[in-house]
Amino acid sequence: MLNPDLVGRTYKGANSVTVSQESISQFALAIGEPNISVAPPTYSISLSLSESQALLQDSGLDWSRVVHGDQKFEIHRPLKAGDTVRCDSTIESIRVLAGNEIATVRSDLFAGEELIISSWSTLVARA
Amino acid sequence: MNFSVGQELAPHVFTINRAKLVAYADASGDQNPIHQDEEFAKSVGLENVIAHGMFTMALAGRYVSEVAGGSEKVVEFSARFTKPVVVPEDIDVELLVSGKVASVEGDLVKVDLTAICDSNKVLGMAKATFRA
Repeated sequence: MLNPDLVGRTYKGANSVTVSQESISQFALAIGEPNISVAPPTYSISLSLSESQALLQDSGLDWSRVVHGDQKFEIHRPLKAGDTVRCDSTIESIRVLAGNEIATVRSDLFAGEELIISSWSTLVARA
Repeated sequence: MNFSVGQELAPHVFTINRAKLVAYADASGDQNPIHQDEEFAKSVGLENVIAHGMFTMALAGRYVSEVAGGSEKVVEFSARFTKPVVVPEDIDVELLVSGKVASVEGDLVKVDLTAICDSNKVLGMAKATFRA
């Protein structure tokens, strides 16, 4: 069972990652996007999803039953090569619906004090 | 380009196959074996290997970038993963993405997106906002 007391748990990313042109190009190539001057709109999932999962690792979520339920991005500006970003993650909600356990994690990508992208990942452990 | 409410945007067909799932796994870092290993996928009750929901969403995102005239114009993008995209070996699966303009406010254009695979809607409530 998911532990509802974990709502509000925040993990401030300790490590900064510098976005490389190579990683943008590789992501763009994988989805067939010809423009590599900025990162594609969903690129930041490669920086945030592992953080969201780490935040929920000891939450009681049954990982063998977890699927990605939904995803949202608010993009203040596109990521580009050379951006050094930090990912802060917060468990925003934990709920149970029709026996499914549902957790939503918000991830904020910052370059210094500048918020570049906020994203929300909802992970669902199927009943 | 000018956009008007209710405008239907030309659809685009994307192909998804096992090689593309491996390339996406390497690019995104999501190496969950349900997206690559048929035996594993079946062992956890799936019909076959399924595409990463985020890969399907990334293709819909590419569609939005194209409509908007560049990835840098996209300011909001959301979707629900309603049905898995099943990817059997040695088959190119087709994903049909289309869109309709929901609102135009100032320079912000909102579109509702539809993504269909094998007559199933694989994304629900898929919406994007971009700067015209």
